[in-house]
Amino acid sequence: MEKGFSPVGLRVLVVDDDPTWLKILEKMLKKCSYEVTTCGLAREALKLLRERKDGYDIVISDVNMPDMDGFKLLEHVGLELDLPVIMMSVDGETSRVMKGVQHGACDYLLKPIRMKELKIIWQHVLRKKLQEVRDIEGCGYEGGSDWITRYDESHFLGSGEDVSFGKKRKDFDFEKKLLQDESDPSSSSSKKARVVWSFELHQKFVNAVNQIGCDHKAGPKKILDLMNVPWLTRENVASHLQKYRLYLSRLEKGKELKCYSGGGKSMDSPLKDTEFSSGHQSPGKSSYVFSGGNNALLQKATDINPEPLASAPVSDPNCDAIMPPKTKKTRIGFDPPISSTAFDSLLPWSDVPEPPESKPVLYENSFLHQQPLSSQSSYVANTAPCLMEEEMKPPYETPAIGTCVNPDEFIMPQDKGPTVTLQDLDPSISNMKLQEFSSNVTNNTESILRSLNWELPESHHSASLDTDLDFSWLQGERFLANTGLQFQDYSSSPSLLSELPPHLWFGNERLPDPDEYSFMVDHGLFIS
Amino acid sequence: MQRQVALIKQSLFDQGYLDEQFMALEELQDDANPNFVEEVSALYFKDSARLINNIDQALERGSFDFNRLDSYMHQFKGSSTSIGANKVKAECTMFRDYCRAGNAEGCLRTFQQLKKEHSTLRKKLEHYFQLARQAGPKETARRPK
Repeated sequence: MEKGFSPVGLRVLVVDDDPTWLKILEKMLKKCSYEVTTCGLAREALKLLRERKDGYDIVISDVNMPDMDGFKLLEHVGLELDLPVIMMSVDGETSRVMKGVQHGACDYLLKPIRMKELKIIWQHVLRKKLQEVRDIEGCGYEGGSDWITRYDESHFLGSGEDVSFGKKRKDFDFEKKLLQDESDPSSSSSKKARVVWSFELHQKFVNAVNQIGCDHKAGPKKILDLMNVPWLTRENVASHLQKYRLYLSRLEKGKELKCYSGGGKSMDSPLKDTEFSSGHQSPGKSSYVFSGGNNALLQKATDINPEPLASAPVSDPNCDAIMPPKTKKTRIGFDPPISSTAFDSLLPWSDVPEPPESKPVLYENSFLHQQPLSSQSSYVANTAPCLMEEEMKPPYETPAIGTCVNPDEFIMPQDKGPTVTLQDLDPSISNMKLQEFSSNVTNNTESILRSLNWELPESHHSASLDTDLDFSWLQGERFLANTGLQFQDYSSSPSLLSELPPHLWFGNERLPDPDEYSFMVDHGLFIS
Repeated sequence: MQRQVALIKQSLFDQGYLDEQFMALEELQDDANPNFVEEVSALYFKDSARLINNIDQALERGSFDFNRLDSYMHQFKGSSTSIGANKVKAECTMFRDYCRAGNAEGCLRTFQQLKKEHSTLRKKLEHYFQLARQAGPKETARRPK
């Protein structure tokens, strides 16, 4: 499995306000052949981590720091980045150690720390990766070991850019496989003894998160309480949450690579076909709504990644039949940024922890559930923002969103304030091809839009897109439906959006170019 | 000369001024960082002086905020473990015990003792490093018998 794994070059971030210890630890870690970055402040550490989301493999932090409690830092890192964190302290009191474990620390070391303890910290990194793979396998993915082997190899052997690229590509392939396997949830239950996040369970999870609302952090404990699943533990939930987020962020990265460039019309990804198909079941009202949101987000996205679309839909063979011929045309509409966002949510959830953004929510939905979602988009929308808002306070980097469609864009906590309503959509954003779109959409779509009180802006989309839009819209709707916008009790209504923090909807930072925009809008994949 | 250095170091351990952590630091010393131990030691004394100052000021205020004092001392203790300052560490622990007991008098007394130990260690180490430099780099890397 992990034949390619090597502790050499492990990228460690050490956080300690004690300069003496920082110096000592740096030396010790370097002796272990790790790549060390030191930091004297928790806030600085968070900043470093967020700037380079994939820049570190493990974090070692002292418990007592002046600017931020070590446990708080631990939580942030775990929630946003799903990195293993080791706590350190001179204090070995049971209560403190317990607190560390409860907050998600993968280990707790007592000072003075010995070389032998640091020499094996890489095990936590490896373990986490294996867990992710297993969780994914638990959901039907077959190629876990291969994936992690390749991942680890590329990751640890330090090939720099190539590595990361390779990783992303691999991640993407992985995700694809996940999608393909996704339709057979039964296979997961027989595989492992560990918690298998079935669709129902996942749905409960998402519901719980959504219920918690945007004002509070959707923490594992609260989620667990709301889920009311007796045999489930907080750790299960926490790990699930983290993985989901990570997965979403990986998808984004993968999408970035695949993102179509220059106007989003060139989405060719074959995946799209598959993806689209899955998304067409539901009326897609909500998706439409979302798509509007996506548009805004997409605007921000620099890259639009058609891929996500492709990967998300897994379940609808019928769609496939319909899709392929149109895919090319619609691709433009579909794939573009919006879709990526939508897709992200649609992509099978594979236990990838995602920054608190709503992504996880969307993701989960799509991943586990391939059914038509009439009101799902609203659900997604709701959950997404909640997650985002709750957990991701710091601005989420647009690039992280991956350029293409990713729920991240959708949920990116951009500058906008908390309320997002269709009505409230920034005209500049919502006006995007919405108008054009609406003119091309079916009655269904239009009515949806109207019901949402959405002002459709003048579309300046090229005529060629019209047909595409029609089709893509339909497909998008279905796609959205399939992608797991598992909204349960939501009906697509404007109010849904209003619940969403605007910043979640719109990737404020990036404005897709017009072509992309129209795509996004048109396909309603924007929902994410 | 080298033997003298070795003996001094040995006595520091025997008398409990330093513990294994100091040895661990020596093992970290290599060609890339030939004066690693001395640098770390200097860093410790600089930083711990600052901490001592904070605690002094807090005690002088007379308000005896035990939580805050305990917090300071926790920091100080953590720092002292970095170079293996054994006796200093012991005083830290005692100070914290007094804090938790709300014993202001005990805190004051222990702190005086702590400062004394701290000062003693600094002098001893300064002397040790000075000799070690004179004796030659090899000696400092060797473990005491």
